[in-house]
Amino acid sequence: MTAPSVTVQDRQAQGRPGINLTVLGIEIRRLVRNRRTIIFALIVPIVLFLFVGTNKSYANVNAAKVVGQVAPAHANISAYLLVSMALYGAALATTAGGAMVSIERAQGWSRQLRITPLSPTAYIIIKALVAMVLGLSSVIAVFIVGRATGVPHFLGGYAYLWFVSAACVWIGALVFAALGLFIGYLLPSENVMQFLGLVMAAISFAGGLFYPLNQAAPILRDIAEWTPMYGLNELVHAPLLGGSIDIMWVVNAVAWFAIFVAGAVLLFRRDTARV
Amino acid sequence: MSVDGVTTGAATTGAATTSGVTAGMADTVAIDLQHLHKNFKDVQAVRGMTLSIDSGEIVALLGPNGAGKTTTIDMVLGLSHPSSGSVSVYGLHPRQAIERGLVSAVLQTGGLLKDLTVRETAEYTASLYTHPRPIDEVLQRAGISAIADRRVGKCSGGEQQRLRFAMALLPDPELLILDEPTTGMDVEGRRAFWASIRQDAERGRTVLFATHYLEEADAYADRIILLRHGVVVADGTSSEVKALAAGRTVRATLPGADEAKLRAIPGADSVEVRGDTVLIHSNDSDSVARYLLTSTQAKDLEITARALEDAFIALTSDDNPQSGGSR
Repeated sequence: MTAPSVTVQDRQAQGRPGINLTVLGIEIRRLVRNRRTIIFALIVPIVLFLFVGTNKSYANVNAAKVVGQVAPAHANISAYLLVSMALYGAALATTAGGAMVSIERAQGWSRQLRITPLSPTAYIIIKALVAMVLGLSSVIAVFIVGRATGVPHFLGGYAYLWFVSAACVWIGALVFAALGLFIGYLLPSENVMQFLGLVMAAISFAGGLFYPLNQAAPILRDIAEWTPMYGLNELVHAPLLGGSIDIMWVVNAVAWFAIFVAGAVLLFRRDTARV
Repeated sequence: MSVDGVTTGAATTGAATTSGVTAGMADTVAIDLQHLHKNFKDVQAVRGMTLSIDSGEIVALLGPNGAGKTTTIDMVLGLSHPSSGSVSVYGLHPRQAIERGLVSAVLQTGGLLKDLTVRETAEYTASLYTHPRPIDEVLQRAGISAIADRRVGKCSGGEQQRLRFAMALLPDPELLILDEPTTGMDVEGRRAFWASIRQDAERGRTVLFATHYLEEADAYADRIILLRHGVVVADGTSSEVKALAAGRTVRATLPGADEAKLRAIPGADSVEVRGDTVLIHSNDSDSVARYLLTSTQAKDLEITARALEDAFIALTSDDNPQSGGSR
């Protein structure tokens, strides 16, 4: 090593350091090594689908039946359940990915990064990207396994809905990446995932992901409309059901996304201003 | 009282120029603190610190816990903002200096990710800098090449600290800051760690380190800044700081000494006559010695400084009226 030979004037700051392939590659390797994350993001939704979605009697029943829709849907019940489980998996994956900031804050890594050129904003962008990568892996894994079982089925001419549904699930999971970041800044704990598992199960039940809301008591239905999984659950199934889109679903999803982003930004600002 | 003269950096300039300034960077001020204050609610952690550190100096920030060492370092690194006063690093805002890789640090509290390997941690950090040094080079300089593929969680405290040091070397910084870098290391680990730092500093890097280990400050710093309750109570070379607190003792053989006459020597604080031996405590031992040798028949002259530890205790203990601040 040579002595510091560069003069002060020679030293220039990079534009936005940190959002590069080295960092993303290392972050993804970390995900793969973390057994708990893999179980949450990949194994849980696949196992759930294999249990609830592959019943042979579903193969010939139109998905319209689940939601009490009159017009026939473009897929069978198994495909409907596949999309449900993919959403559950993607939500778990992105929340877990976002909540990694919690572990990194608890370990003091985020403080260590503050004495490097990495800006806190770049850091949160990396975390969101990593969460979305994990979410994408989850969606792809669930769809591949679902397809391999041969039970989920889209009607003739609607095969493209495999991709449309998967894409909707993945994009919708942004809401939960934001939730993960929010929780990550809220709870500085190495054990945040145990807590999140429960929260996600509760949110999914409340939002109608695990049972058809049209069969629930009216009071539960009213409550459901205010919970974060409700709008997304309706929206990701809309393509295969082929019905119209209720504007309130979009309002629900966008509002929760805004709430989580605002919460994350607020806590993130507090976190970086502190010390 | 002589201590007053250096309380707020009046003596700093003198000390700085005598310290090991390397050629080429001699005119560059690495750190400049002006009237720095930092309050945490009702606690004043730093209370009016003015000092400057030149390029090429190796400076120890010495003081007991709560003296304001970490608070000061945090402000130099831009991790926290001064309540009042200013900090500049190579003439820049601390954050800009970090973005340009001019400054890096080994922090007491900075964490590492346990699930990364040593090499991955260095690669991650390197990718954040514009022109990082090669990974293998910094690992080797920090003495951790052999454990490059080990998970950080499986490394000892000393190895993790060396990894932080390797990360700090990546930008090839002009200024390296170390906050209590050897806390929690065993003696062997501390020695090895300092050997790497020392070797590195010989190449002209400016180093500022905080410590409460007196031996570390004494052994590794060109200049010691002694802090107490958020103010500088002494600033100078290790021997200057020792002399400040305790002065030196001049001992000589002088048969038939006239005690009253000896007390009149400028700079003599106390005089003790034991038979043919005289002991004079002074903050200006040079002029006492000069007087004894030129104006009396004194012989076998001996000048002893008190250990730095005595200076440390004298200057930082709360009940000592010499030490600047109030309680």
